[in-house]
Amino acid sequence: MQRFINNPDDIVDETVAGFVRTHNDVVRLHEGNNRVVVSNFAAEKGRVGIVTGGGSGHEPAFIGYTGKNMLDAVAVGELFSSPTAKSFLDAIKAADGGAGVAVLYGNYAGDNMNVKMASKMIKKDGIEVATVVANDDVCSASAEEREKRRGVAGEIFMWKIGGAKAATGASLQEVIASAQKAIDNCRSIGLGLGPCTLPAVGHPNFLIEPGKMEVGIGHHGEPGVRVEDLKSANEIADDMVKVVLDDHNLRAGTEVAVLVSGLGATPINELYVLYDRMATKIEERGLKIHKAFVGNYFTSLEMVGATLTVMALDDELKPLLDTETNCPGF
Amino acid sequence: MKQVEIDDIVAFLREAATRMKEAADYLGQLDGEIGDGDHGYTMSRGFSAIVRALNEIDVQSHDMSTLFRSCAESFLEAVGATPGPLYASGLIAAGDFAGNRSALDADEALMLLVAISDGIGARGKAIAGDKTMMDVWLPVVQTIKNLRQENAPLEVILSEIRASASRGVESTRSMVAMRGRAARLGGRSLGHIDPGAASAAILIESFANTLEQRAL
Repeated sequence: MQRFINNPDDIVDETVAGFVRTHNDVVRLHEGNNRVVVSNFAAEKGRVGIVTGGGSGHEPAFIGYTGKNMLDAVAVGELFSSPTAKSFLDAIKAADGGAGVAVLYGNYAGDNMNVKMASKMIKKDGIEVATVVANDDVCSASAEEREKRRGVAGEIFMWKIGGAKAATGASLQEVIASAQKAIDNCRSIGLGLGPCTLPAVGHPNFLIEPGKMEVGIGHHGEPGVRVEDLKSANEIADDMVKVVLDDHNLRAGTEVAVLVSGLGATPINELYVLYDRMATKIEERGLKIHKAFVGNYFTSLEMVGATLTVMALDDELKPLLDTETNCPGF
Repeated sequence: MKQVEIDDIVAFLREAATRMKEAADYLGQLDGEIGDGDHGYTMSRGFSAIVRALNEIDVQSHDMSTLFRSCAESFLEAVGATPGPLYASGLIAAGDFAGNRSALDADEALMLLVAISDGIGARGKAIAGDKTMMDVWLPVVQTIKNLRQENAPLEVILSEIRASASRGVESTRSMVAMRGRAARLGGRSLGHIDPGAASAAILIESFANTLEQRAL
């Protein structure tokens, strides 16, 4: 492994330490839990707190979206592994300004269980907790079983909308409704060209043969819907837009936000190559791109590949998306 | 009939912690094939946290319910992913089953395993064949229920529990993972033993060993 590693067991602690040290103007480490990152702007009295959590290895997600008008606290798990219920609990407490806490997270078994445990444990503290579970990954289950779909890069939009809504002084119920609308309006697809390796394992736990690509791959290498010969960037971009928009079914004239994220080892310039074509294809469908984000926003260690997320906007979501934020991820 | 007391439960949890530590590398290898390789480290860390908690409290001042509950809390604080909430729920269910008693008949103590299994099952909702720890827990529970109904002697039940757990582990090899992290691999998980099933068997064996040594 050509990687920067001391002891694989220490990598998450070291990641969080370096992250907090770098961005100490925006974030801090939780006083009693070194697996919780807290925004310097939290908790704010009377404002709904926004919390998420997830496994490490997706940086800048999840910790990178901690900050002003974004996430108030983030629970940090081992690589690709859910945080503890205790960390979710500490994050919720740290984010609470007395108006309740919205926990906005992905649809993974460990996260689901630990958030449920934390919500149960928090009852005695009298903090109101409500959740939204992201399910934007189109290829992870059929449209009929949308509730089974996993949350991927669309979560960033969900957090941004939720955080901006909370900043308006909205109630917990209103924040939850907006965050739910944001994720309902998101569709994503992943496309993998090369696998990733967890340092403690030392070898990839799935393979993508040279000259092949996996359409619909998940954020941890979950199998996609098809393995095909590697095509040109334009053909791949066309395919990704088609899968996302065929599932989305948007009216012509709809304004959208587009996010193209690298999975870790794909050069940023190739993401721009993809985006240029994707934008053309999206506009050909009569959609208007209000805002685009291209870069490494939600990675999977050193996986080669990219994800595309399209969020439909409306009069409520558009100003929330445009709300200024201060967080390391953007 | 001999009684299983608080001390015996503590001995069981200590044995489980020791055996999880010994098996950490093996479980890590199994997990490396279909997961992230940390299952051995995770389980060992969780049970070590239980042992640390047991060292700090006066166990004799506890009944079964509060003992299992404090074990659950320490486990949950140390372990995330799915094993954290699953085993914490199992341990709490065992405590609820025994309630404020400080001893159980050895035969009834077997029902602690059934309670652990019920607690895990209610939290995780996995069914037989999902390639999870339940593919060990469910057949073991069935074995306990069947043999108790037949009034089989305790030593026979304990030996059958071990055999059933070991068969359960092996059975996961031919299953495709439907739950948890390995489910992300779909068909790629075929042919591999589920590491959660393997660690469940270690816990069950530790229980059987402890009862054999202390309650027969």
